[in-house]
Amino acid sequence: MRAYTPKDNVQKKPYYTDRYWVAPQVAKSDVSEDAVFASDLELIKTKFEVLDAFIQVGQMVVIINAVDNFGVIEFLKNELEYNQLSEMSAIDWLAQEGKFEIFYQMLSMSKRKRLRVKCKIAEKESIQSIEKLFRSADWSEREMYDMFGVVINNHPFMKRILMPEDWEGFPLRKTYPLQGDEFAQWYEVDKIFGKEAREIIGPENRDPARVDRYDTTRFARLGHEVPHGADISQGEPETPLCYQENEGVFLIEKFDAEKSVVISDRDR
Amino acid sequence: MAQHQVNYLKDGGLPVALTTIDKVVNWGRSNSLWALTYGLACCGIEMMASGASRYDFDRFGTIFRASPRQAELMVVAGTLTKKHAEFIRRLYDQMTEPKWVISMGSCANTGGMFNTYATVQGVDRVIPVDLYLPGCAPRPETLQYAVLLLQQKIRRESASRAQKPKRLM
Repeated sequence: MRAYTPKDNVQKKPYYTDRYWVAPQVAKSDVSEDAVFASDLELIKTKFEVLDAFIQVGQMVVIINAVDNFGVIEFLKNELEYNQLSEMSAIDWLAQEGKFEIFYQMLSMSKRKRLRVKCKIAEKESIQSIEKLFRSADWSEREMYDMFGVVINNHPFMKRILMPEDWEGFPLRKTYPLQGDEFAQWYEVDKIFGKEAREIIGPENRDPARVDRYDTTRFARLGHEVPHGADISQGEPETPLCYQENEGVFLIEKFDAEKSVVISDRDR
Repeated sequence: MAQHQVNYLKDGGLPVALTTIDKVVNWGRSNSLWALTYGLACCGIEMMASGASRYDFDRFGTIFRASPRQAELMVVAGTLTKKHAEFIRRLYDQMTEPKWVISMGSCANTGGMFNTYATVQGVDRVIPVDLYLPGCAPRPETLQYAVLLLQQKIRRESASRAQKPKRLM
């Protein structure tokens, strides 16, 4: 944690100057602190190579080689009673180290313990599917492929799950622009009307604060409605709000407040 | 028996109204706007509330239909994602002429707060819109007012015009 600095006089120092602030890390402790985790880790180490292991917030984190992922999770499920895969996904560390981090969050109902298996793969590498062990991994792995482009081996239905099947790019990567690349911005126009319609329809308006006060082809002010496309740069006439035309509607009698009767006696 | 007979000599004579074809046709069209059930997001809840008993769209002749072939009004109620854009176009094409579109709520108008890669920035990029309804989400009264405004618009149109399909481009 950063040392506390009094912030009472904010006027004196109006700029945020702490440019080299590093996000606080969650404290790690040694696995030997927890007897259950320690014995589990010993058993994992007899069969697989463990790169690192520690306890964070009462949960053990085990970092393994990516090639061992199916074996480790099969071992955890069948031998060590971690019988539930509650969450799995990827984290984009491409900018920092050129790798994806894949994590599997496991839960043991009998031991009442949670364990996280982590491994790292390079951008072009693929990873073994664990769908045969946990059915819940089916959609999670598809989402991983959809959002990050992590290719999964031996998956029964390796297709995009959220984005359209003809989508290009992987939206949850840090390099993907929030408002979409060129493909995304023209996606619906290209698909429905064809690329030649781009010029006619025009680019998307990505400025949420843009208001064209004098645009009468698309918008009308309530109470100041004018014909479609009229020039209102010199001001527009006031038109009273009305639910029907003033002269009345054909075959429909207009409600007249003068002629109406208020019924006060409900047992009438 | 006699009291049910029409008295042709009272109330201005024969029960005949003289008018134009335009007015009769537009009277029919504007008072039987059958809307396509098209709730895409939270605006759909307001649209359902407008159709239910408290606000009661049926009294304006607006009845929600599940098939685009029976509908002439599309209330785009909610966020249109890019994945769904081709389907809204297909449903719009399946509706029979004449047809009208109300874009309901900020998301349908401009993309609203979803200024992201996955949201169409306004349904008017895909289908032609007659009425933009502001709000997030618009209350049922607002949707009622929009339908009444659309009825006025329909009554102003010429019913005998050559039936040119509406085009976006």
